Amino acid sequence: MKFDTLIIGGGLAGLVCGIALAKKGQRCVIVSSGQSALHFSSGSFDLLNTLPDGSQVSCPDRAWSALAAQAPTHPYVKLGKETFVRLASQVQPFLQKSGVLVQGSGLCNQYRITPMGTLKSTWLTLDDFPVCRMPDRLPWKKVAIFNMAGFLDFYTQFIVDEFRKIGTESSVHLFHFAGLECLRKNPSEMRSTNIARMFEKKENLEKLVLTIRQESGDAEVVLLPAIVGLVAKDGLEMLRCQVEKPLYLLPTLPPSVPGIRTQQILRKCFQDAGGVYMLGDTVKGVEKEGNRIARVYSCNHGDIPFVASNVVLATGSYFSQGLIATPDRVYEPVADLDVVYETGRDCWYDLNLFARQHYQDFGVKTDAGFRGIYQGNVLENLYVAGALLEGFNPIREGSGAGVSILSALYVAEQILSEKL
Amino acid sequence: MNLQQHNVSENNFEQCIKCTVCTVYCPVAAVNPAYPGPKQAGPDEERLRLKKPYFYDEALKYCINCKRCEVACPSNVKIGDIIQLARIKYSKKKPTLRDFMLANTDLMGSLSTPLAPLVNATLGLKPVKAVLDGVLKIDHRRSFPKYAFGTFESWYKKQAEKQLAFSQQVSYFHGCYVNYNYPQLGKDLVRVMNALGIGVQLLRKEKCCGVALISNGFIDQARKQAELNVDSIREAVVEKNRPVIATSSTCTFTIRDEYPHLLGIANADVRDRVELATRYIYRLLSQGGGKLTFRKDKKIRVAYHTPCHMEKLGWSYYSIELLKRIPNVEVVVLDSQCCGIAGTYGFKKENYATSQGIGQNLFQQIEAAGVDCVVTDCETCKWQIEMSTSKHCEHPISIFAQMLLCE
Repeated sequence: MKFDTLIIGGGLAGLVCGIALAKKGQRCVIVSSGQSALHFSSGSFDLLNTLPDGSQVSCPDRAWSALAAQAPTHPYVKLGKETFVRLASQVQPFLQKSGVLVQGSGLCNQYRITPMGTLKSTWLTLDDFPVCRMPDRLPWKKVAIFNMAGFLDFYTQFIVDEFRKIGTESSVHLFHFAGLECLRKNPSEMRSTNIARMFEKKENLEKLVLTIRQESGDAEVVLLPAIVGLVAKDGLEMLRCQVEKPLYLLPTLPPSVPGIRTQQILRKCFQDAGGVYMLGDTVKGVEKEGNRIARVYSCNHGDIPFVASNVVLATGSYFSQGLIATPDRVYEPVADLDVVYETGRDCWYDLNLFARQHYQDFGVKTDAGFRGIYQGNVLENLYVAGALLEGFNPIREGSGAGVSILSALYVAEQILSEKL
Repeated sequence: MNLQQHNVSENNFEQCIKCTVCTVYCPVAAVNPAYPGPKQAGPDEERLRLKKPYFYDEALKYCINCKRCEVACPSNVKIGDIIQLARIKYSKKKPTLRDFMLANTDLMGSLSTPLAPLVNATLGLKPVKAVLDGVLKIDHRRSFPKYAFGTFESWYKKQAEKQLAFSQQVSYFHGCYVNYNYPQLGKDLVRVMNALGIGVQLLRKEKCCGVALISNGFIDQARKQAELNVDSIREAVVEKNRPVIATSSTCTFTIRDEYPHLLGIANADVRDRVELATRYIYRLLSQGGGKLTFRKDKKIRVAYHTPCHMEKLGWSYYSIELLKRIPNVEVVVLDSQCCGIAGTYGFKKENYATSQGIGQNLFQQIEAAGVDCVVTDCETCKWQIEMSTSKHCEHPISIFAQMLLCE
């Protein structure tokens, strides 16, 4: 199977890279071993919220020099300030053109509402979610929160308490749907996606509109957990039109309905641009010729290899098995690339769950052009993008989505410039 | 001591991190709330079942074994296999006469083909459908696949000698559908392979792959048939060094993966030599071994539908690429989603609504695609699509045969 570029990993990084390449006429294939971490998305994309030393970042471009001093192998530092700023400025229009509508404030951070009702710094946020400029104030005095009775992954009382602390009063309204009562037979299945499926039906949305109109009283806005708009976005639009008040979604615990829709939109955009997306296949190994990847073999395709001018590794981190940790080492399973990690297991983690966890900093070593390294030698046609990169701590820094998108865009640029 | 090493199950179920992604993509859970979804039916309840079989939930019968949960799983858990094995091991429900009739495709086919015109006409009659519905619980709205008047095997006997003339040979696992319902597909395959300079042989003995027996609970019979098939395949592959090709994605998937995973039949020595015809031809053409000449007077636009077991095999790429290689064939690729029939599942009265509910999105997409016909590698998808849309449905090999330039 011959392609210009083979991308291993079909999550945010793989898809962004694939879209950027396919839109420029490259013949691309994405091989993805199962669905991606976008299924747990908060609905926001972080760029950089906190520096490694713990200081808060309000505008990531202005924090670049400090980051360079504290984390010299950070993907953003490898990009260089100019490229970092240039690529970051492209992200919002890029997502927009791909069909994912996000709001943001240039290169500065805003605040999003977490599923627990607290405010947290972020960069870009899906259009359906509320954002605010201040860390300690919401733009409303009174809100009405609607929730599905029995829904397991949305805790209204936490939200009410947190909102009260910053001066916003909330009323909570539970609604019932006969059609969903049967879901409760299964103790674990009253999940966002099951509920969202029911709201794909117009008649159910109409009932919801009626309930919201009757009960929202004098609240300024209506807040609803993200349980609408799994497949078709027009459901949410209809809700917004008919409720007669501003309506926003709040993130739920996973699975994330807006995250799943984002995944599907990006995948479709990639396929519409001519890309081939192979789901549920695992790369078994690569065959090298000198410092190049010549052939890539997968479980499903057996003796028929992928042959591509360039290979992009966007396999994610531990969750997606892009990195694998054994009791004594951390390795990269596809090409056995050189991985940076500390040798003593004791320094991998901190017993305080909320402290900085060092294993999160581990990752695949690359050269300045994001090319992977095998036993000290740079592989000329293997690029690395996204969560498996070395030198950053996505949880601590709030930089996961930014690193995925920016490294993917950069790798795509590298590959395209090579062609000329 | 590393305890982790001693604590690995065969279906990877301890790797489940409860992320629920499988349930998000389960076609049954999307339309039938009585089904608890693959996460609960699979790894969650497996923990309980390992403790006490008492915890087995008969709602697992709603699983259609499409394996889309496994395709979606980020942790490589064999969720579909866990569910099917639990059904095999713990289900107390005895198969009914209807299940026996639906599952025994060989028997029903052998009885019906000699009287095909009569059987087809009878099965199409309203009163007959009403009786089947009332007595056997086979839904009256379901149309039956037509039986052929004479089997593929009997047609082949007349070709056998001609096939021997080719220096290169493959074995063909035709399956029940080609044999009893639609010999034309087998004939098309022979024509295409011959055009590539390859002769087609049948296996020494071939029985139904057993997929319907497994899903209807006739495990011992499925195992017997599987053993017979694997013996025949082994003879072709090992003794005669002849690869085995098939035209049904489900037969292929069953022989390669369900035999070892669900029936415990070792096939590792032959598994990689059993594949779909489209994959075989793709490889051949990619390696420059063979050339086909196509007619230029006919233009068609087709939509390719990816059957569930094709999605699991990951091989729709080959069928789609081959179709794209035919000049004057324009290919639209439909979203990969279940059509809802799931073999014998959709024939059962209690599943009819679920079956049609699952397929609804696909049917709409097909109608909106503006194509001459739908192309797919699965015979039961074909029945479902032809019954539920206005479009005719063909196998990629048949499209190939139709577009070949007649010598």
